[in-house]
Amino acid sequence: MPRSRVLRRVALRLAGAVFVLWAVATLTFFAIHLVPGDPAQAILGGPGSQASQEALDRVRADYGLDQPLLVQYAAMLGRLLSGDLGDSYALKTPVAGLIGGQILGTLVLALLALVVAWVLAVALALWSTSAGRAGRAIAGGLELTAAALPHFWLATVLIAVFSTALGWLPPVSNDAASGLVLPVVTLAVPLAGFLAQLMREQMLQALEEPFAVSAAARGETAAGLRFRHALRHAALPAINLSGWAVGYLISGAVVVETVFARPGLGRTLLRATELRDVPVVVGVVLVVALVYVLMTIATDVVSRLADPRTTHSGGAT
Amino acid sequence: MSAGTAALSPPRTDGPGPVLEVTGLSISFSEGRRRRDVVHDIDLAVAPGRCVAVVGESGSGKSVTARALLGLAGRTARVHAERLSVAGADLRNADERAWRRVRGASAGLVLQDALVSLDPLRTIGREIADPLRIHLRMPPAEARARALELLELVGMPHPALAIDRRSGELSGGMRQRALIAAALALDPPLLIADEPTTALDVGVQARVLGLLEEARDRGTGVLLISHDLAVVSRVADHVVVLHDGRVVEQGPAAEILGAPRHPITRALIAAVPTDVPRGEALSRAAAADPEPPVAPSAPSADGTAAAGGRRPVEAAPAEAPPMSADPRVARDAEAPVLEGFGLAKSFGSGATAVHAVADASFRLHRGRTLGLVGESGSGKSTLARLVLGLTPPDAGEVRLDGGAWSTLVERDRRPLRPRIGAVYQDALGSFDPRWSVRRILRDALGAARMPASDAAVAALLEQVHLSPELAARHPLALSGGQRQRVAIARALAGSPGILVCDEPVSALDATVQARVLDLFDELQRKHGLAILLISHDLGVIRHMSDTIAVMRSGRIIEQGDADRVFTSPQHEATAALIRDSPRLVPRAPGTNR
Repeated sequence: MPRSRVLRRVALRLAGAVFVLWAVATLTFFAIHLVPGDPAQAILGGPGSQASQEALDRVRADYGLDQPLLVQYAAMLGRLLSGDLGDSYALKTPVAGLIGGQILGTLVLALLALVVAWVLAVALALWSTSAGRAGRAIAGGLELTAAALPHFWLATVLIAVFSTALGWLPPVSNDAASGLVLPVVTLAVPLAGFLAQLMREQMLQALEEPFAVSAAARGETAAGLRFRHALRHAALPAINLSGWAVGYLISGAVVVETVFARPGLGRTLLRATELRDVPVVVGVVLVVALVYVLMTIATDVVSRLADPRTTHSGGAT
Repeated sequence: MSAGTAALSPPRTDGPGPVLEVTGLSISFSEGRRRRDVVHDIDLAVAPGRCVAVVGESGSGKSVTARALLGLAGRTARVHAERLSVAGADLRNADERAWRRVRGASAGLVLQDALVSLDPLRTIGREIADPLRIHLRMPPAEARARALELLELVGMPHPALAIDRRSGELSGGMRQRALIAAALALDPPLLIADEPTTALDVGVQARVLGLLEEARDRGTGVLLISHDLAVVSRVADHVVVLHDGRVVEQGPAAEILGAPRHPITRALIAAVPTDVPRGEALSRAAAADPEPPVAPSAPSADGTAAAGGRRPVEAAPAEAPPMSADPRVARDAEAPVLEGFGLAKSFGSGATAVHAVADASFRLHRGRTLGLVGESGSGKSTLARLVLGLTPPDAGEVRLDGGAWSTLVERDRRPLRPRIGAVYQDALGSFDPRWSVRRILRDALGAARMPASDAAVAALLEQVHLSPELAARHPLALSGGQRQRVAIARALAGSPGILVCDEPVSALDATVQARVLDLFDELQRKHGLAILLISHDLGVIRHMSDTIAVMRSGRIIEQGDADRVFTSPQHEATAALIRDSPRLVPRAPGTNR
């Protein structure tokens, strides 16, 4: 591809990313103002603090909360443009620092869950495409069930079985690696069901293609056909979906972090929303959106590397 | 059978016995609880250094037979044979391991349509090295070197570059070469080629057939599956004719092609258009109709009965102007209905621009056919789009009935659109699959501001010899020939004076193609249609055209009277096209190997 076209693509992507971030900030800002409650209360320590009317008025004036909503929105955009996420109403600390302290845990959780989901999905797809009719029916049922499992229910069951009954793993996430197992599995299983279903169908389709018949006619084994040919064709759509999957995993993290009492962005977001802590909510959502945009770009790059048809130079292998 | 020396090996002389022996082969498929028999009791034998051709229409069981010989007929297939041996190995009760030892090592398979027969995600070097890796456990570097040798053997241009390419980056002919190289990697004693030249340009087709001949001459037994008798006549020593899964006739190629006895064989031979004079029916000899008998036989009588081998110009419609003694002169003196002047169209810009059409001029007269021939990528279809007013030309002009056409704005062009009907290769792709035939035709009638009544739909179907009952069907429930007839009926909806047909029969079997070509002839006689016929098949073009234009790299390199172009081509490329085009010429028994 000529250099100018590459640059154009990059510029378009960046413009798209900026648009997404602006749209996310805007939607979040207005959505949180639809939720009943008073931010001034949150600033003064929550609804139980019994702050005086005088104190509430002073806080509203200080924070600009007595201004019309559009003025508040413009002020927020101006702040965000200068790179300032603002201070938390409730904690009175900078939002950036707050997020910085929490983001690593959530990212580790989401990425581990993505890896585990892929491993499970590939294994299930490879097995089910080689199994007979009964095996396929079983795999299909498993995938559908897994994909439909709600996170909170799965988390509860896993805790009941592996922590309470068997005592193998801690019910509360701690710093040890064993504390990560149940949260990661909770997030990974439904995604694995979804990915496996997609990959199995793609693999079966690829195995019917004339190129698979040609390969079989060269003496390729059944396993060789699936590994060398079908799996790659099946992986491409799954890679493309992985950008979306990260968004799905981070939203799932809100539930999982709460159930397992694990610090992270999800729990921060939940608390901030309850308290109507607008800067924290907007900040967290913006950061999650940024991660999502970056992941989408990353999956685009990976799928370009995995699919030689999308590059023009060729001969890379 | 050392794989390392195959490229240089002398003609094989492994004497004992045929490389393929099949007796009493039957194949059936289970469909739910029922079984459907597709092949009944077939006998086949291929000796080393010989080529046996299995011919027949699609659905005759050719391809499934080819696959069954490698144990690849599919999970639902049940294959039974009294004798089934490849290179001496008895495969009647072979398990998967035994089959794998045969596949690629004792028998190579070349499938039709190389675009989908090579894995688009793998380089052809890897695909070709597969048999070496699988059967010989050859280290990758050595296998790659051998793959390079094989690419040279099959005449791949720039093999050192091509080895790292994937099928999407290669032309149709290059893909087919790669597939053949993969099938020949271990120099197997048997090569099975299933329609290896279908969908290829004639030049490429000739070179691919040359590869099969070379393999045969090196001592490989070749089993060629094809519906194209012209192709078969060039390479086969022995011909087996299949119909409905049964062998209806077989024998030496010269005998079968020169003096066919069975009506099916005769129909297949008659359907080859190459050397049949202009205007003569191709399907007259088609005694057995493989398509469902939906066409009432009567309407074709008026057209084909009159055609005794000469073009019945007398049959031109009554409103035609009076003609002089030589109708052709009279016709050419008439004003052309469609004219192109210095047409040009390019895509992209700057150094990467592709000049799809450059300085093309032509004239099309009433009741005449202009055949536009050229290899794929030569600009034929772009020219068709210019003529249809679907793409504006960069330069030049198309004029319709002496008036403006390509220069009009679409609003002014739309009322004139019914004057030109279009028929494409992929009829199915040009229909909305959820629409019934009735709705498709009504839609076309409405677009042409014609009354869209059921009677009008029935009249259109009758014109293309389809039963009015088909109006309720959906395109997917029709055969390929029926679909193309519906496409023609749709093109006729606006009572056009001109038909633009872009590869209208390329996707059809030989005998179906013959009947569709006859239909074009008949419609032209009845309505005085001017036809612009685009095809890569020189046989079709020669049979159908009054004048011929040969395209190459976007330019019309030669244009003129059909007979003149064929008998004394002025351009080297035209001569090459004619030379490479396979013709049905049975070799005399003496020259038969």
